Amino acid sequence: MKTISTFVGSLLLLLTLTLSGPVAAQGFDELVTDLSAKSFNAKIKAVEKVAETGDDRAAAVLRAMLEGRLFERKEDGKVFITTREGRAYVLTDPLTLKEVGQVKSSTLKKIKVNNRLRGVLNGALGSLTLLSKDPVKRASAAEAVFKNRSADDIPALEKAMERETDAGVKAKMEMALAAIQLTADSPEEIKIAAVDVLTGHPTPEVRALLGGVVQSEQVESVAKAAAEALSDIERRLAFFNAIGNVFQGLSLGSVLLLAAVGLAITFGVMGVINMAHGELVMLGAYTTFMVQEVFRAYFPGAFDWSVIVAIPLAFGVSGLFGIAIERGVIRYLYGRPLETLLATWGLSLILQQLVRSLFGPTNRDVGSPSWMSGSVEVTGGLVLTYNRMWIIFFSLLVLGLLLLVIRKTAFGLQMRAVTQNRQMAGSMGIRTGYVDALTFGLGAGIAGVAGVALSQIDNVSPNLGQAYIIDSFMVVVFGGVGNLWGTLVGAFSLGIINKFLEPFAGTVLAKILVLIAIILFIQKRPRGLFALKGRAVEA
Amino acid sequence: MEHRRSGFSFLLTDRGGQILLGLLLAAIILVPILNLWVPESSPFHMSTFLVGLFGKYLSFALLALSVDLIWGFCGILSLGHGAFFALGGYAMGMHLMREIGDRGVYGNPILPDFMVFLNWKELPWYWYGFDFFPFAMLMVVLAPGILAFLFGWFAFRSRVSGVYLSIITQALTFALMLAFFRNDMGFGGNNGLTDFKDLLGFDLQQDSTRVGLFIATAVALALGYALCRFIVSSRLGSVLVSIRDADSRTRFLGYRVEHYQLFVFTVSAMLAGVAGALYVPQVGIINPSEFAPANSIEIVIWVAIGGRGTLYGAVLGAIVVNYAKTYFTGVLPEIWLFALGAMFVLVTILLPKGIVGSVPAFDLSKTFLKKPEDATDDGREAAGGRV
Repeated sequence: MKTISTFVGSLLLLLTLTLSGPVAAQGFDELVTDLSAKSFNAKIKAVEKVAETGDDRAAAVLRAMLEGRLFERKEDGKVFITTREGRAYVLTDPLTLKEVGQVKSSTLKKIKVNNRLRGVLNGALGSLTLLSKDPVKRASAAEAVFKNRSADDIPALEKAMERETDAGVKAKMEMALAAIQLTADSPEEIKIAAVDVLTGHPTPEVRALLGGVVQSEQVESVAKAAAEALSDIERRLAFFNAIGNVFQGLSLGSVLLLAAVGLAITFGVMGVINMAHGELVMLGAYTTFMVQEVFRAYFPGAFDWSVIVAIPLAFGVSGLFGIAIERGVIRYLYGRPLETLLATWGLSLILQQLVRSLFGPTNRDVGSPSWMSGSVEVTGGLVLTYNRMWIIFFSLLVLGLLLLVIRKTAFGLQMRAVTQNRQMAGSMGIRTGYVDALTFGLGAGIAGVAGVALSQIDNVSPNLGQAYIIDSFMVVVFGGVGNLWGTLVGAFSLGIINKFLEPFAGTVLAKILVLIAIILFIQKRPRGLFALKGRAVEA
Repeated sequence: MEHRRSGFSFLLTDRGGQILLGLLLAAIILVPILNLWVPESSPFHMSTFLVGLFGKYLSFALLALSVDLIWGFCGILSLGHGAFFALGGYAMGMHLMREIGDRGVYGNPILPDFMVFLNWKELPWYWYGFDFFPFAMLMVVLAPGILAFLFGWFAFRSRVSGVYLSIITQALTFALMLAFFRNDMGFGGNNGLTDFKDLLGFDLQQDSTRVGLFIATAVALALGYALCRFIVSSRLGSVLVSIRDADSRTRFLGYRVEHYQLFVFTVSAMLAGVAGALYVPQVGIINPSEFAPANSIEIVIWVAIGGRGTLYGAVLGAIVVNYAKTYFTGVLPEIWLFALGAMFVLVTILLPKGIVGSVPAFDLSKTFLKKPEDATDDGREAAGGRV
């Protein structure tokens, strides 16, 4: 069926192409000059011819004509696109689309447009975008055709399909054509073929279209085919929806992981409750902002690199703040976790107010590099944004590096030694105070790196850290203290559970339910999913 | 302390408490005179604004007292006590909303304005009975009490303690805040409950009503203090202190630690609820921001600054910190958060016993200041520096 319809389509196209052959031979410049013809009938013919060229310049010329910006120069009858600047007009050559100078309005004559001509122009512009050089424009034109479903678009669509080289755009055009065939008055077998084509594209729009067809279609065989296609599409859409939820959940989980992994070090490994952790994340985000300001001012060309540069800087800034906090406050409070909690809470208030005084209370604008913006549409309305994918990847990378540091480096070895038996480690010549400071600095530095990632998806404001602190504590407590794998599993499972609850319960209620679930979970397993066993528990 | 005492003898040995109760009595006598009978032109006149302000401080003092009862004497650091305070406040607010009757903007005799605004047709079932003052007062105590009992029953039974308990109490108040922000919860959403008109027929704008509320708050604080002092000087109080200092050892001696913790936690939540109920008519509004985790942590710093484990220290701390807050937010709003933050840091490091424990003039009772940190100190403190 499909092959027949494409065959018929290409035959038709071949016909139109042979017919328009001599027209195409006429130069674009002559066609443009014809636009200034006296009679409206002649103008309409000229517009159609210009549109048929599919030339990139055609769209600009026709749009200018539609907006009344197309003028004829009185002395030689040459046509120009103009933009008004005060009393003078800036001329743009329609052939090169370059500005050629300014003239007074008296030397020009406007090319008049009436309503009939406007209609023709609008139609021509619509099919022209189907032929545009830019695949994004072609795709959105095909989507527009799909939505309008007007039989008048069929010839333009078929012509465009013949020229189309991009498989994705071509698929959209096929969908649009099938949608028109299915809703217009077409023979039974063409309609069934159209249903066949549409089944291959399970999107919410196709589901809505088929739903309408099932309701209204008179021919029984078509209605039946549509109903079958509909149930098939619904099943697949549900599947994609679930995948989408998992992706969203992983994305939320990776954010939680980034925010919590530094906490897992300070809380899990050192036993220090750092309520200022969120503010260290915020410092990382503001570091990104500062780096981007520098890039905007001095190296605007290298803006794509700003985030990469910000990562080590944020690690350094937050890490140094962390070391200062450890040396200045926390070391006096070891062994008194509740007091540590209060003191670090005080620090978090100070840091928040400090940033608010320096940068103001409003959100600061942090841009995304080009390689992080945009998205890929897998199929069926399943859109995966690049920045989320990068953050998932980045969070796993950070966790991996951290595990490597803890397991394979001398510093990691000393850190574990001090955690397990401080006095023994001290007797072996490890400078425990020094290791404490560095460990805390490491946790704080990772918070800063998390801030770089969060600046890409969240508002950068002095309250940034507050939004994450409770969630990250929940992750650490849920996953089990002192276990980085627990943090990983905890973060991703909380993220996914949250996203699966959201469609049923709404964002806020989902969050509340998750919090209640964790509170209940803690009752069952007070030490989290992956609890440490043995002597370490009582330490 | 070991021998049995009867009657009010528990107050006889408590000099700090006697001073506090004396001051409260003086306030109860002086404030009405200075506000209502001293003419406004006199320098001794006390404005109604000040009466309301001090009334607010006293309700905060009661709240601080409830936190000191569990933190200072049982070692339970609750970072969610603002939730119980707010629940008591909401119970009172619901009564005041019903009292408005048909004097609201929409003039609906049954439904509060925000429900009319949301197109609700009927009063939700949980609003029933709140037009009846004794029932509302019962709910002021029961709503926080039941929540604390359920929460504590789960938490203490599975021996969630220390930092873990602090974090999940914080999660509790955070979850409640999110819930109360929702419009369809039926508690006024974002705006909360406000525009109160009168209480028991007394116009809330009247000076005499304000003075009456102040007296009620002072009396509640005095009674609350007596109750807490009674609890901590009883035998049960001795068990609480031993749980604070060595919970495992207490358990091994045969005490059901979780029962004691649950009891004192519930009593404390009820006290916090009463404080909230007294707070709401004096400030004229209750909204979900009272549930904010930051508020609950602030209560803890009042207690820490005053001196934990002394009861009167908590009262002193609440009043001092809140006076400082009123002063700073009026004069230098930017400075307030710096000052509050610095207080948290400096008090925990330099004044672990608070004002009462560090200033000799205030050090009235050494009995309950047995350095609570001794028990949890596992030697890290010494090793924290260079080894």
